[in-house]
Parts: sequence; structure tokens; C-alpha cells
Amino acid sequence: MRYLPLTDADRKEMLASLGMESVEELFSDIPPEVRSPALQITSLSEPELEKHIKELGEKNRDLAELQSFLGGGIYQHFIPHAVDHLSGRVEFYTAYTPYQAEVSQGTLQAIFEYQTLVSLLTGMEVANASMYDGASAVAEAALMARSITGRKALAYSAALHPQYQRVLRTYTQHLGLDLVELPWTEKGQTDLDALPEKDFSALILQNPNYFGVLEPVAEASRVIHERGGLFIYSFSEAVSLGLLPPPGSLGADIVAGEGQSLGIPPSFGGPGLGIFATREQFMRRMPGRIIGEARDAEGKRAFVMVLQTREQHIRREKATSNICSNQALCALRALIYLSLMGEKGFRAVAEQCYHKAHYLSQALEEIPGVKLRFRGEFFNEFVLTLPQEPEGFLNFLLKNSILGGIPLKKYYPSLKQEVLVTVTEVHPKENLDKLVHLLKEWRGGLK
Amino acid sequence: MSELIFEKSKKGKTGFSLPELDVPQTPPPFEVRQEIGLPEVSEPEVVRHFTLLSQKNYSVDTGFYPLGSCTMKYNPKINEDLARMKEFALLHPEQPEGTLQGALELLYHLERYLAEITGMSRFTFQPAAGAHGELTGLLLIRAYMDERGEKKDTVLIPDSAHGTNPASAALTGCQVIEVKSDQRGGVDLEDLKSKLSPKVMALMLTNPNTLGLFDENILEVSRLVHEAGGLLYYDGANLNGICGYVRPGDTGFDVVHLNLHKTFSAPHGGGGPGAGPVGVKEALVPYLPVPTVERNPEGKFYLQWERPKSIGMVRSFLGNFLVALKAYAYILTMGGEGLKRMTEDAVLNANYLLHLLRGHYQLPYDRICKHEFVLSTSPLKEYNLKVTDVAKRLLDYGFHAPTIAFPLIVEGALMIEPTETESKETLEAFARALIQIEEEARTNPELLREAPHNTPVRRIDEVAANRNPILKK
Repeated sequence: MRYLPLTDADRKEMLASLGMESVEELFSDIPPEVRSPALQITSLSEPELEKHIKELGEKNRDLAELQSFLGGGIYQHFIPHAVDHLSGRVEFYTAYTPYQAEVSQGTLQAIFEYQTLVSLLTGMEVANASMYDGASAVAEAALMARSITGRKALAYSAALHPQYQRVLRTYTQHLGLDLVELPWTEKGQTDLDALPEKDFSALILQNPNYFGVLEPVAEASRVIHERGGLFIYSFSEAVSLGLLPPPGSLGADIVAGEGQSLGIPPSFGGPGLGIFATREQFMRRMPGRIIGEARDAEGKRAFVMVLQTREQHIRREKATSNICSNQALCALRALIYLSLMGEKGFRAVAEQCYHKAHYLSQALEEIPGVKLRFRGEFFNEFVLTLPQEPEGFLNFLLKNSILGGIPLKKYYPSLKQEVLVTVTEVHPKENLDKLVHLLKEWRGGLK
Repeated sequence: MSELIFEKSKKGKTGFSLPELDVPQTPPPFEVRQEIGLPEVSEPEVVRHFTLLSQKNYSVDTGFYPLGSCTMKYNPKINEDLARMKEFALLHPEQPEGTLQGALELLYHLERYLAEITGMSRFTFQPAAGAHGELTGLLLIRAYMDERGEKKDTVLIPDSAHGTNPASAALTGCQVIEVKSDQRGGVDLEDLKSKLSPKVMALMLTNPNTLGLFDENILEVSRLVHEAGGLLYYDGANLNGICGYVRPGDTGFDVVHLNLHKTFSAPHGGGGPGAGPVGVKEALVPYLPVPTVERNPEGKFYLQWERPKSIGMVRSFLGNFLVALKAYAYILTMGGEGLKRMTEDAVLNANYLLHLLRGHYQLPYDRICKHEFVLSTSPLKEYNLKVTDVAKRLLDYGFHAPTIAFPLIVEGALMIEPTETESKETLEAFARALIQIEEEARTNPELLREAPHNTPVRRIDEVAANRNPILKK
């Protein structure tokens, strides 16, 4: 077995030094009646494994082959090749949590730089070293708001990513929270007037929301602060932060979103990157790992895990969260991505997403029977209403090697004829024109 | 001193290349944000910056990393390449199922392998890490109890357990009661009996535990907990000590989480991404998160979202799929016999290393260990030394330190897990270093107190760093 360095002679010698003849003796503490049956898994050689996985891969149709207008939480963006090369360095990916800071300065400095970038992007004072994903980050933000305010009522928008909503409900189901869902208006924005008159711990809004629509963020922040609650700003498309005002400038108390767009491939939904940031006053209430600047014995700048007294290995059941890891390698990818793109590149990606999405939406809207469901402003995603339920159209597109969008009735039963369409910079104009052409063709074929 | 990427930034430098915008512009009706402050650096400078940073890391591929309960084994290279294949990395989770058949088939079979290995019925891949799995597993148990009208809100956890166990229990609204360990390092049966009550929802157990010891009374523990109406939760952090030898499901565990980044060789990534799939016995299957991966009679794979009793979702989509892919590749490489051999070598390595160190360090529980063992450095207090000093000195010898100061029930603990992917020679070199350090402690304690001496930075002042935390540039 190529991963096991011990030879048979080694094993014999080592057992002999333990006064044993057989390795079985090392397992004499296991009751014989519960010994495992032999596992019926056939081993594959390296070439056989490669062939097998390739065959499985061939049963998929990937985004290199298909033109995709799918978004809704996971986005296809251009990733510079250097991101793979650098995050693929064994010194990064075969290390673990930087418990021994003196031999983990690579990971520690990278996370410190990542935290700095998150603070810049979000306009918040402090950020953690990352969470599992956007959905669990939002759930953790809700728990943090409850612990800060001591209040049980929590409002969230129905236009928050439907899976984030489900994760939020799952996380909080036994904690006695009173969850209030706010409906959306005809513009596709959260209806802030529907916020009941009571004390809330927080209001959670996603911006752009799941429908791609830009929320009245400043207004939402004002409304919830008037009630003494915190404003939690979520996002699933991190590239929007390249164009929209930073949430910190609009009154956000906690920012919790998904960073997959920043140099991480779609990966069938995971791994991703939970981004989490807050105000300095709440720093000690923040969940997750945090890296801080330090000095070594010679006065040299160094980095180390800080504020560990919040965490489970010290506080156990009184910890701010049960999380004991982060998505370090994904955070590293985001850092390398943003370092390469820089101010100009990241801005260019955001602008291209914006302009291409608007070019496409305008062209699609001109097709009779097709319209934008919501009139609110959007960033790079929009909801299209088709003349009938979208399965026929999406299948027609798939025959033309296009993934046309996400049918929304799966998450919102009232949106039967609606499709969420996402555009990023990966689409040249000809892709957009082709989608318009095909929709016209399909529309013409309808009775 | 190493510069931050921001300190290398200079206006006018570019590290990206994109096509020109090829559609007409639509002026945004909102105010576009001002300068963000992202660094502007050229590609070769970015590459050098991160390459040099990487070289300041200790890693499994550069040396022995005996971090207890973390299973820092070798991460096979083919698995990394397979996970980068565009056929997997470039899949969108909202694609129609017909375009995802390979990915779903992979998860379907991996679920069955994990069920076979652990003796459970079904698995969910949604939890992204071990602690996330704990939360999921406890929510499943609560849903099961709630449906039976059982008002149970107490979770029993041994004093040797990882801190995530009580933290996860608290997240499910449960109270935590600690159970003592006995003289042999296992669950103290008398203490357990005194704490069992109709309010007990579950006992969470890591077996082998964080002392590296298999609980010899596991069947009795299981009987007692079940008789009191509770369920048994298996923390899979230490599956590497028993995989192929005994299945948690056969010893009475009702729910398990596994750490694919430990037992099944997916890399730790500097802290993540990992994966913490959760497996359950038949009675708990209805509560598993949505969606589950199913196969229809025609052999087509699909996602089942309609599960009325499901606890919901704990993460978006299907969890860390690419990590699951690496575990799948590993399991197929090892095969059933290879997994058993993996455990044998892991346990043999641990016992051999323990043998080499016996007599040089205090050994609070002297019995056959499984994949790891715990020594105590408390006698070094005589020289005014702490376990941290021993750990830092080990860095000078070119080794990563073991897990230190844990488990809490051993004063000055060194928790050592060599894994099966280390040679006899490496274990011997490590033992020589630890023995030498013990001698240095007696003859030249300053050497330890001031360690490390030859690492990229010297000992870091953590107290000062925590006084006024600086979390960004």
C-alpha cells in the first residue's frame, strides 16, 4: 500500500518490542462480539481510480461545456490561474489550524490579510477568519444578535436566499426565537412596513436579495435601529461589493455572506466561504477564529490566534459558537484572487457583471410575453416572467447547451412562471445575444 | 520582517487580465462606491508573496505533524487532481439532475461505503466540519425525541471530551452534564448511572476517546444510556483508531459524525474546508437534512427534497462536495482491507512511540492505546516549565508539536497522534528529540523557556496580542 511506509519487517520488530506476536493483540480491548465484519470494498490501483473518477465525471455536464446563467448563491466567475497554483502549495493545504504560531506564519499572515480585505470590502471594523458558508454565517449572526440584545424576536426578509432561511430556522429551532418573515413588495424589495411593532434583536436583509433586487438598505437600517435592534446585512454575490456602497457605511452591525465568488469554483455548492464582519464594539461577541497582529520575543511583527477565550475549547457550553475551524484555504483563495484583481480588476468584474446583466435584461424584455417580474434596481441577477411555466423553455435551452436560469417555484410556489437569470463577466456578448435569439425562437414556436 | 500584501501595493500595477466590456453601458441609478483600498500588485509579485508565505508554514508534506485527535495523515496527490477536474469543480448545484448524474452517483456510493464502515443506515453530507456534524446529530436526536413526546433536554458528555461537544449541545437548547472518567480513562460507570435520568437525551462519546483509549465498557455504557431512554452519539474524531476493527453502529451508537479530513485523508487546508457527514440508524433516517441523494428504479440519481420530518438544512446545498470526492477516492484506493491495515499501522505506530517514550515522561493511563496517547509534562513544573515550553522546543528539532494542554483531565498534556503514514525511523527520531528535551529541561530549562530558537519568528507574546487586539492593517 503506497501510503503506508511500514514494512512487514518493521511491523514485526515493533510488535516484538511491545512483547507482542500479532497486531491483533493491540485490539484486545475491543469486545470480540462486536468485531467489524470484513469491509466489502474493492481497492483500485491509481490508474484504475483515475479512470473510474473520469468516467463518473463524464456523466456530468459542466460549466465549461454549458453556457450557464445560473446563480442564486453560487456564481461562475473568471479565476486567474495563479490562484490555483498558490492555494495548491502543499505548505498551505497540508497544514492545520495554526496552533503553533511560530511555524504557521504563512497561514496566520494570510488570514490577517484576508480579514483586512473583508473589512475593506464590507466597510466594517473587524472580521473573523471565515465560517462554513453564507447560510451558516447568517445563522451565526442571528445567534450573535440574540446574545447581544437579549431579545428573542428576529425579522428576516422572504427575499433572503431560501436556503439561508432554512438554515436559520434549523439552527434556531430549539432556542425559543420568534422568527418574523417580511414579505416582498411589487418591486421585489423587502416590505419594511410589514415589520410588526415590537422589540427585535435584528433584521436580516440580503443585498442584492435572492431575486437580484437592490434593497432599501439605509432605510432598513434606520427602521431596525429605531426599534433598538441590530441590522444584519447578508449577500450571496460578493462581487456586488465592488460596485455597491459598503454595508458598514449604511449602518450594518453585522455582515454575513458568501464569498464563493472570490476565486472559488462553483464546486457543486461546496466548499465555499462564509464571510463574517462586525463593529469593533461587538468584537468579543463574534463567533469563529480570529487572527491578530503580535510581536515575537525579538520585537518582530508576527501573527497569532487571538480572543480564544470566546471559543469552545476554553468556554465549552458557554462559547459564542461551537465552530472550531474555518475555511482557511477558501479564505486564502479569496485573498489571492483579490490581490491579483486589485482595485481596478475587481471593480471591472463588478461593472461587467452589472452592464452585461442589464444589456441582457433589456433585450429579453423586448420579447413579447416576456417581462421582468420586479421593477426594483438590480445588480447582476433578475427574475424573468415567461408566458408559461419555464420547464419547456429551460429544456429547449439545455438542448442548445445552455443553462437558462433557476425556476423559482421550487422555493416560491407563487412564482410559477418565473426564472432567476444571472449574468457574470464570463459571458461574451454573443452568449447573451444567443440567449435572446433562442428565447425569441421558442416564443415563436408557442401557440 | 515580512511585508503585507498591502505594503507591496503601488498605484498603476496590475495583476489581472480581462476582455474589454463588449456591451453598451447602462449608467447605474445608484451611487457607485468610492475606492475600496484593494492592493495593486503585479502577478509575479503576488506569486512571490504567497510562495514566501507558504514557506513559513509547517505542513504534513514537510514534516511530522503528530497533532493529537487531528489525524494529520498524508494527503494523496491524485485526490487533489481529481477534485480539480472541471467535470466536478465546475458544477453548479442548481443544474438539472440529468446533468449531475456522475456527482450524485459518487455521493450515493460514498454514503453506502460510510454506512458500511460505521454500521449506520444513511448519511447526510451537509455538515461542513466535525462540530457542524455534532450540531446536526443532536438536532436529529432532538427531532426524534420530540416526535415521541419525550421532554428531554440534557446531554451527558465525558470530562475528556472535545470542547465542541458541550458547545454544540448548548446550541440545541440542551443542558450539559459532565460525566467523570474512571481510573482507566473510560466513562466512570457509577458516575454515569448517577447522572442518567429521564431528562437525558443523549450521551456524546468519542471512542477511542481523547486519551486514545478504547472504552472497554462501551457495551455497558450503551445499555445503560438506552435503558434510561437516551441515545448514543458518536464523535468520529478518532475513527482512525478502530476503522475496520469495530463499527460504532454495532456498539450501540445511534448517530455518528465522521471527519472526512481526518480518517479519510482529505487535507486540513490550514483549518478547513473539512467535511463532517452525519450517519444515523434507521429510526432517525426520517429527520435527516434535505436533500438526500436517491436512486430511482431506472438507475437515475436524484435529490429528494420532500422529507416532511426533516430537521431542514444546516448548510446550503450538499455540503463540501469536493472534500467528499477526495474521501471517496481515498476509500476506493484503500479498499476494505487497506482501511483495516491503515488502522493497524496507526495503532501500532502509536503504541511503538509510546513504548519509546515510556519512562521519560509521565504516562497517566498506561494501557494499550489506539491511534494516539497522552503524556503529562507536569513533573517539569519542578524546573518552572510548562507544556508550552516543551512544545516550542520541539519546533526547534524540526517537528510540529503534539496537541497540548488537552484533554483537560491531564495536567500539562501532550496528546500525540503519529498516524499510519509515518515510518518507524520518523517515530524514532521524534522520540529521541522528546527524550533530549526532557534532559534539557533538567539541565538547561532556559533553552525551553526561550524556545523556539530557529523558526521564522521567535516566541510570540500572545498576552500582549490579546490586550488590544489588532485584527487588520
